[in-house]
Amino acid sequence: MKLRDLSDLAFRNLREAVLRNSLTTLGVAVGVASLVAMLSLGVGLQQLATSRLAKSGLFDSIFVTPKTNLRGPGGGPPATRTPDAKARPLDADARAEISRMPNVVEVYPQIRFFTEVRYDGKPYATMVAGMPESSKASGAFDGMQGRFFSSPNADEAILQAEFAKELNLQTSSLIGKDLVLRYAERQSLGAPAGNSTGSSGGFSVVPKEKHFQIIGVVETEPASGFGGFGSGRLLIPLPIAETLRAAQVNDLRDILRDSSSDKPTYSSLTVRVRKPSMVEETEKKLKDLGFGVFSLLDVSKSLLTFFRVLDLLLLIFSSLALAVATLGIINTLVMAILERRREIGVLKALGAADGDVKQLFFVEAGVMGLVGGLLGVGFGWLIGRVLNFATEIYLHRQNLPGVQIFSVSWALVLFAMGFAIIVSLAAGLYPASRAARLDPVQALRYE
Amino acid sequence: MATQLMTELPPAIRLESVSRRYTMGESVIRAVNDVSLTVPSGEFLALLGSSGSGKSTLLNLIAGLDRPSSGAVIANGQDLSKMSSLELARYRRQTVGMVFQSFNLLPRMTLEENVELPLRLAEVDRSERAARVREALQRVGLEKRIGHRPSELSGGEQQRTAIARALVNRPKILLADEPTGNLDSTTGEVILTLLREIQNNPGMTIVMVTHERTLAERFADSLAVMGDGKLLSNGAAR
Repeated sequence: MKLRDLSDLAFRNLREAVLRNSLTTLGVAVGVASLVAMLSLGVGLQQLATSRLAKSGLFDSIFVTPKTNLRGPGGGPPATRTPDAKARPLDADARAEISRMPNVVEVYPQIRFFTEVRYDGKPYATMVAGMPESSKASGAFDGMQGRFFSSPNADEAILQAEFAKELNLQTSSLIGKDLVLRYAERQSLGAPAGNSTGSSGGFSVVPKEKHFQIIGVVETEPASGFGGFGSGRLLIPLPIAETLRAAQVNDLRDILRDSSSDKPTYSSLTVRVRKPSMVEETEKKLKDLGFGVFSLLDVSKSLLTFFRVLDLLLLIFSSLALAVATLGIINTLVMAILERRREIGVLKALGAADGDVKQLFFVEAGVMGLVGGLLGVGFGWLIGRVLNFATEIYLHRQNLPGVQIFSVSWALVLFAMGFAIIVSLAAGLYPASRAARLDPVQALRYE
Repeated sequence: MATQLMTELPPAIRLESVSRRYTMGESVIRAVNDVSLTVPSGEFLALLGSSGSGKSTLLNLIAGLDRPSSGAVIANGQDLSKMSSLELARYRRQTVGMVFQSFNLLPRMTLEENVELPLRLAEVDRSERAARVREALQRVGLEKRIGHRPSELSGGEQQRTAIARALVNRPKILLADEPTGNLDSTTGEVILTLLREIQNNPGMTIVMVTHERTLAERFADSLAVMGDGKLLSNGAAR
């Protein structure tokens, strides 16, 4: 029989016992809905975690240090402990060279220095951190009081909430006010007389002041974590921080080293690449250039493995509902065989082959799977939307930015549909072969 | 001339020592026991016998719905006992048409859809189907009831629809199992008149199982009488 005729007969048969078939189809729909809801929760959580981490710059960043560093940043793994023949200074030239590397989107130094802040006539000691423009998208500034820097060269400051409370318990009243930053500027000295080696003459430290306007207060610690030498509690635009030429920890090391260059060196550079997948390749190139490198690549891989296992577990548990629905299909079709025994006999007497009868029941199972799958995907999507909405309302009441914990992708929709149809066809296997095996003589005698 | 032509043609059906045995527990039931019979092409044969004589079993063997335990059933030159189940299905689609005592129309389908069913199974082109269905229903005088369902028809009309369904694939052999069994005598006569017309007009071989000897003698060309699974007699009806 042609597929169109088969489908026509199958739909007709399904309409005949519309209540029973609808309930069975609904069972499939519930199974698929649970599958879609569970998997979309897994995918949503994975996307939420990876996007947050990607936005934080942890997984697409490489921390570059000169190989002569004794320790990696923030208690990270030790870099080379002995001076390397290939080691080269991490200076402006190196920064420019790294910036030109393929897939590199941003290279910026870690600038953190101790300072004294004068506000309302009182001194406060704290750590200043330069923040790159890209940190705005990191999510760390979401939900902050005030706003982010108006431009990379604005004399503006954002205070970390704890530090802001030291200045004034009413942190919102700080916004718009001015403060004075007192810091130590590094000024190079000429080479001492009689020094024929060309070595640098070191530098002097000169106290300086600069006025900043407070434009925001942030609850999180955007300058902490990977690559940080400690939390920056007063945040200023990175280009401004660079122009200050404030003396930093590595300046002392520069004096001790035999440096033939007047150019300031960086204790570390953060290199951001386009995608986390490009970290490994870029890391290798940076090592070849003679730098020490560190990234959270392995952590990223572990996270991915965790979510894969989570997805698998969610798939197994949600498949249980679909397995129950499968039993429903088998039951419905076996009942249909009993009811339509005589009809099967007539079909065979009129020339239907065993295969025709088998296909007819297969198509009926497939239609239940298809319709159940479509409804299930719809239900699953709806469940996701409702829970996303509820989550947003809850987080909004907690004064937290909203998140999407469910994500129904087209790939998931196609997978769920395909899974529902395959499972339904598998469920139709036994009833279909049982119907095909019916003896037409016995079937025609059946009352 | 017609008789001469008939004898020149190979027989439509030939049964060679056909037996059909069923095992029930330890006892063996011989539903058909060593029956040999030849039905010439274009003949109307009535199979007579009391209930349980084996006539319906024999008809099922000729229809390819059942297989003989021994012997050969040769229909339209093909040995059914050697056919695969797929080949038997094709034989039932293309060579034979069946009419049953209880009509066996599908109740949820209209007359048109019931008659179209064998055409669907034979994968006849959709564009051709409507004309073939109308032609078959015209043949039995029911073309005006094309959109009705079986439950809206009388018993005679339902049997005429079943005949139209059996004819629609233009088979060479028509097999009827007690076609008048559920009908009153007048309607039964109408049905047998119709079968006789069909036998004459397209030139079809008909094997009809019945227990009504009077009607069989009036309408059939020959009679075969069965008893206890055996062929008791075989000869001309009149």
